[in-house]
Amino acid sequence: MIPLAAVTEQRAQLAALPLPREFHDAAAASGWWPLTPAAITTLQINVGKLCNQTCRHCHVDAGPDRREVMTRETMMLCLDALARESALTTVDITGGAPELNPNFRWLVDRATALGRHVMDRCNLTVLMTAGQADLPEFFARRQVEVVASLPHYRATSTDTQRGAGVYEKSVEALKRLNAVGYGDGRSGLRLVLVTNPVGAFLPPAQASLEAEWKRELLRLHGIRFDALYCITNMPISRYLEWLGESGNLERYMQRLVDSFNPATIDGVMCRSLISVGWDGRLYDCDFNQMLDLPVEQSASRHIRDFDLAALARRRIAVGRHCFGCTAGAGSSCGGSIE
Amino acid sequence: MAGYYHSHDLARFAEIGSNAPDLAKKFFDWYGAVFADGALSAREKSLIALAVAHAVQCPYCIDAYSKDALEKGADLDQMTEAVHVAAAIRGGASLVHGIQMRNQATAVGM
Repeated sequence: MIPLAAVTEQRAQLAALPLPREFHDAAAASGWWPLTPAAITTLQINVGKLCNQTCRHCHVDAGPDRREVMTRETMMLCLDALARESALTTVDITGGAPELNPNFRWLVDRATALGRHVMDRCNLTVLMTAGQADLPEFFARRQVEVVASLPHYRATSTDTQRGAGVYEKSVEALKRLNAVGYGDGRSGLRLVLVTNPVGAFLPPAQASLEAEWKRELLRLHGIRFDALYCITNMPISRYLEWLGESGNLERYMQRLVDSFNPATIDGVMCRSLISVGWDGRLYDCDFNQMLDLPVEQSASRHIRDFDLAALARRRIAVGRHCFGCTAGAGSSCGGSIE
Repeated sequence: MAGYYHSHDLARFAEIGSNAPDLAKKFFDWYGAVFADGALSAREKSLIALAVAHAVQCPYCIDAYSKDALEKGADLDQMTEAVHVAAAIRGGASLVHGIQMRNQATAVGM
């Protein structure tokens, strides 16, 4: 087996594939080169790789044994940047399971105190772990937007991707979020579900699927939610490993390249956010973070030196994995782009 | 010919338009319109197609709509149930002809 935990191995494996064109060529042919930011409105903070799950598609390679966790000092630097830059209206907290960072609630409190809209990328089952039962109330009091992963509204695919028993716990967690007002459409407590394909294919059409998910989750479990995001799996880390082992890698990458849709570039996440790693380093997105592709040298490369004006002038680093965000209807942190 | 049903032939489907291109265009345009979201969702239509593919026993269609149903958001349980629907109709279609058999037997029998 190829030691894919090493980022250099992942990048080498992607580079070795016989693809008909590179992402920068595709972008250039569409008039999007060099790729530069639009208005930067979001600071996406990855507070660490610690997670209570080990999902088979995880691009972070997160799990219970990971020890890379953002310190309170680094969080303070993030908050300093937020305090200086009012243009950053949204704080998007991700991981791992961000809630397992011992300073997670402190960060949420401080970010909301700064008047920022806070999003938590939640795996749902973390709400069922020791000491986290009050998270729904904690989120509700601070109007945190919960963006929760659920591959399917039924058990089979959910447990295949995320582990045995995850579906049942996820349903219980969603009921707890509903119980404090999330997803009711009135309280302003926004609950978003995120689905990734369970296999080597592109995600479904988001609008069509959302209606079905709302109908089925209500019918099966009485669960309500506000929106469904369909996100493409990225050929990074565990998903890349699975693609290789299952013999799907070349075909999947070819599919991404063949499905390149220039209309999606305007809305790719790297144009509107800055991604902060657990150690404070800055990236164009969470995927570049996991491939160790930092923002270009001329922009500030660590949160302690955060310079929004310089970052707004940067050229975004791209690679073959970027075809994942521009395939079909496109894929961003907010789901489909088109 | 070396054999029948080569999986790579599915990707050559459009070659059927090499002769009678106007008819092929009409077919493919209509085909695309059939599978768009409408009164039925694209996912529901994909599951129907998967079931019909098994009923007409078309390996190309089975390959295509197994992938398509997954891409449309169906899971393996739902796809398996769709195949059972096809099997039930095929089996039922045989069995219900037994009434015809009984009618004949009754007509000529003692």
